[in-house]
Amino acid sequence: MEKNLEDIFQDKIDREIRIEPKDWMPEKYRQTLIRQISQHAHSEIVGMLPEGNWITRAPSLRRKSILLAKVQDEAGHGLYLYSAAETLGITRDEMYEQLHSGRAKYSSIFNYPTLSWADMGAIGWLVDGAAIMNQVPLCRASFGPYARAMVRVCKEESFHQRQGFEILLTLSRGNEAQKNMAQDALNRWWWPSIMMFGPTDDESPNTIQSMRWKIKRFTNDELRQKFVDICADQVKILGLTLPDKDLTWNETRGHYDFGPINWDEFWQVVSGNGPCNRDRLNARKKAWEDGAWVREAASAYAEKKKSEQKVA
Amino acid sequence: MADQITDTTKSRLIHYATHLGDNALILGHRNSEWCGHGPVLEQDIAISNIALDLLGQARNFYQYAAELTGNGATEDTLAYLRDVPDFKNTLIAELPNGDWAQTVLRQFFFSAYQYYLYRQLQKSGDAQLAAIAEKAWKEVSYHLRWSSEWVIRLGDGTEESHERMNRALDLLWTYTGDMFIPEAYETEVFAVDPARVKADWEQKIKQVLEEATLTVPENTWTQSGGKKGIHSEHLGYILAEMQFLQRAYPGAAW
Amino acid sequence: MNKEWPLWEIFIRSRQGLDHKHVGSLHAADAQMAIENARDVYTRRMEGVSIWVVESKHIHASNPTEAGELYDPANDKAYRHPTFYDLPDEVKHM
Repeated sequence: MEKNLEDIFQDKIDREIRIEPKDWMPEKYRQTLIRQISQHAHSEIVGMLPEGNWITRAPSLRRKSILLAKVQDEAGHGLYLYSAAETLGITRDEMYEQLHSGRAKYSSIFNYPTLSWADMGAIGWLVDGAAIMNQVPLCRASFGPYARAMVRVCKEESFHQRQGFEILLTLSRGNEAQKNMAQDALNRWWWPSIMMFGPTDDESPNTIQSMRWKIKRFTNDELRQKFVDICADQVKILGLTLPDKDLTWNETRGHYDFGPINWDEFWQVVSGNGPCNRDRLNARKKAWEDGAWVREAASAYAEKKKSEQKVA
Repeated sequence: MADQITDTTKSRLIHYATHLGDNALILGHRNSEWCGHGPVLEQDIAISNIALDLLGQARNFYQYAAELTGNGATEDTLAYLRDVPDFKNTLIAELPNGDWAQTVLRQFFFSAYQYYLYRQLQKSGDAQLAAIAEKAWKEVSYHLRWSSEWVIRLGDGTEESHERMNRALDLLWTYTGDMFIPEAYETEVFAVDPARVKADWEQKIKQVLEEATLTVPENTWTQSGGKKGIHSEHLGYILAEMQFLQRAYPGAAW
Repeated sequence: MNKEWPLWEIFIRSRQGLDHKHVGSLHAADAQMAIENARDVYTRRMEGVSIWVVESKHIHASNPTEAGELYDPANDKAYRHPTFYDLPDEVKHM
């Protein structure tokens, strides 16, 4: 019987029929989705912190409004994703608990510090660019609520990358100090950005199953290559350079070759040793703990009103 | 209108628009500090929306003030290149966020003030001020509703939230009077004399605090000086942070 | 003790004259807050002119395993569709 259900399920997936929350699904599919969607949601809200740093220091009122709107969008994206995960039978509080206790992961890129205004540009262009590269195929993910959340996210995300590029472009056309600021930001954000696509395909054992379930549509290395190709061209418009001396066009492959990624650094940051892991997690925990009395009071007030209504 | 008026009137109009912009910018800046740190995701988004509305209002008022000023003034020279004594915002806007109780109560006092002020400013003889006020009034109506509901919810929530609201009330109350002390630029025909909105404000405050099971403090002593440029110590830190890039790289475009 | 705010399903009318459409969910302490949260979360880009909220626990759904008996019987009723009928070309609009 179980086998049969699994065949029916895989058959639906193969025919591109979306799976909805109440449909039968293998437990492992459910768990994989919960893990992936909640990680993604955590990345959005932890990702608010490095950029949030600069809202109060944005150099013009226009930039300030844009940055605030962008970081706020990330809260929205986290919310859409938590909601999608909640349809799989886990609560947002449970997911928070996993984040706060360190059991759940989030994108490692947010464990790097934002040291200058140009970092807002680099994050928009590179980090959001890499995120979009990952996210666009997810709009066709086999799980309906996830795919729908991603459609909404991608629609909103498109201005994020543009505003980042615009920041870098302005800096690259500015004075010497600004140009240096922009180059320095690229030097620091480039490698972590291309690590965002995750380990190489031969080191990524879950990819095959995820692709069979059509949660993933492309492998990590495919997406990474696509991203490198695009950035290698766009950086020319900025008149800046990417910090990789091996970055060269390979005519035979029809792609850019790039230098070796420091996977040791990647795994160190994933396991908690990035420059900001502790700060990020503490900031999230503090917000959550400081907000406990607020959430409790609102619940208590709502209860009170409900019982008053019943009496009346 | 600006063309036919006397120099004093024009200068007061500039001051007035700048003052209204300062109010909105400084509180918007404070609210934006919450982004990423709110008590629940939905409210993180809500307070950022309010901050964005206020930033938008500030930009509208500054752009108008800059246009009247000429000489290369822009919204950014006003926001980024003036020092503490030049800022004419009311004191309550610059106070620290404190906890969520302090933030929502500050918002409530301020939004109620803006609500009645903008309602009248829409009838200003100065068309530009009236137009800005008309757009902003809709935004502020929502801020007032949002903040009133939070004041009521927390005042009448749990013992702890009630206690925190009382503490916030105790701190903020002495800064409310500053909003109603009129400066010269607020007594011109194009402006709304804040004394004229005081009764409405007081009534609204009384009604909401009562529903929140809180008591309007009897203390009538008030801190003052914001509109003249005499501020609390807090504003200097806000400006140091906000203006850092513009000060460190003079003349750069961003 | 620290109970999570209930989950609400959000429906938004994007334009006057259109149906409310499900857009997602969120948490709120009560219905009023749910409407305002929906305004802040789901209409930041002028996506709506009207909002409905329903506490998620009040939604009753059909069972997907019964899809066959519920929806398949409609498959062989082609005569319910206008294209089922052949009319002479002279009948221009019907």
